Amino acid sequence: MSKFQKKKKGTPGISTASLPDIVFMLLFFFMVTTVMRETTLKIQQPKLPQATEVKKLEKKSLVSYIYVGKSKDGTPGDKIQLNDRISNVGDVKSFIFGERAKHKEEDIPFLTTSIKADMEANVGTITDIKIELRDINALKLNYSTRKGSALDNIKN
Amino acid sequence: MARRDTPEINAGSMADIAFLLLIFFLVTTTMDVDTGISRKLPEKQPEDIVPPILKEKNVFEVNINRRNEILVEGDQYMKVDQLREATIKFIDNGGGTAEAMAKEDLVVCSWCEGDKDPASSDHPKKAIISLQSDRGTSYATYISVQNELVAAYSVLRNRYSNAKFGKNFDRLTTEQQKVIKTDIYPQIISEAEPTK
Repeated sequence: MSKFQKKKKGTPGISTASLPDIVFMLLFFFMVTTVMRETTLKIQQPKLPQATEVKKLEKKSLVSYIYVGKSKDGTPGDKIQLNDRISNVGDVKSFIFGERAKHKEEDIPFLTTSIKADMEANVGTITDIKIELRDINALKLNYSTRKGSALDNIKN
Repeated sequence: MARRDTPEINAGSMADIAFLLLIFFLVTTTMDVDTGISRKLPEKQPEDIVPPILKEKNVFEVNINRRNEILVEGDQYMKVDQLREATIKFIDNGGGTAEAMAKEDLVVCSWCEGDKDPASSDHPKKAIISLQSDRGTSYATYISVQNELVAAYSVLRNRYSNAKFGKNFDRLTTEQQKVIKTDIYPQIISEAEPTK
């Protein structure tokens, strides 16, 4: 009988020794994928309008961003931010030329300009930017929007 | 002298430290997908270009004034939520007769389910949406209107592709999409310079 009693051991606990390895693996994944924001906003964070017919922007490296919004100190009128500073409409061209210089020549027709404009911005400002873009043949344009019902834009 | 082993460092809390870092990166990671309405700007036209002559019935005029009110076809005041339906009705009208269409190298729009009203658009390929806004229009309204116009086209394209291929437009192959985009329901939205 005693032979059988010796065997009574209970299930061994699962070894947690490899837990740190798993966690580290996850950690490295997130460390590598995390992208810290490249540009700091000099204007108020634009409140993007909503739309249903949105498309995802592919190839982020080919996108240049133009921010339009209110200034932080509350002066009236729309402010345009290109790269890291507040600019005026006339600087859009040189901004796009600068962006083009960063890319290979064959990529230039695929460069997209994304306008991140505040809901309360005026269409006039956007049009001015669009005319500048058209002048230098930067024709691919994207109005940055959140996904949601477009009818909510007007209510609030 | 008793030889003492250096005690091993307890690595049990390693997992905790790693977890802490992991949670930090989890929280700070923003997987923001950039979405938006894609449009293509028209190319710059030479100064002396003669604009093509368009029949007025083939143009769907949308005006937005500085108080964010929408006027359609010059006489109907509309809210944004009515715009999609009106746009669909216009594009999908297909009122052109066989002989009139033959002159333009087109066939009668057999896939249109509209009213075939002779006073509205002849053919989706002829139907042009003209959008004019004011400089003072708010961007939110402008985007909503753009969205509704684009949505009208997607509704029609989806309807056609469902009837013909049994699936939604964005599930079709690039070839099939191209046919719909160029011959069935091409998206023709023209933007006029805004009023001052």
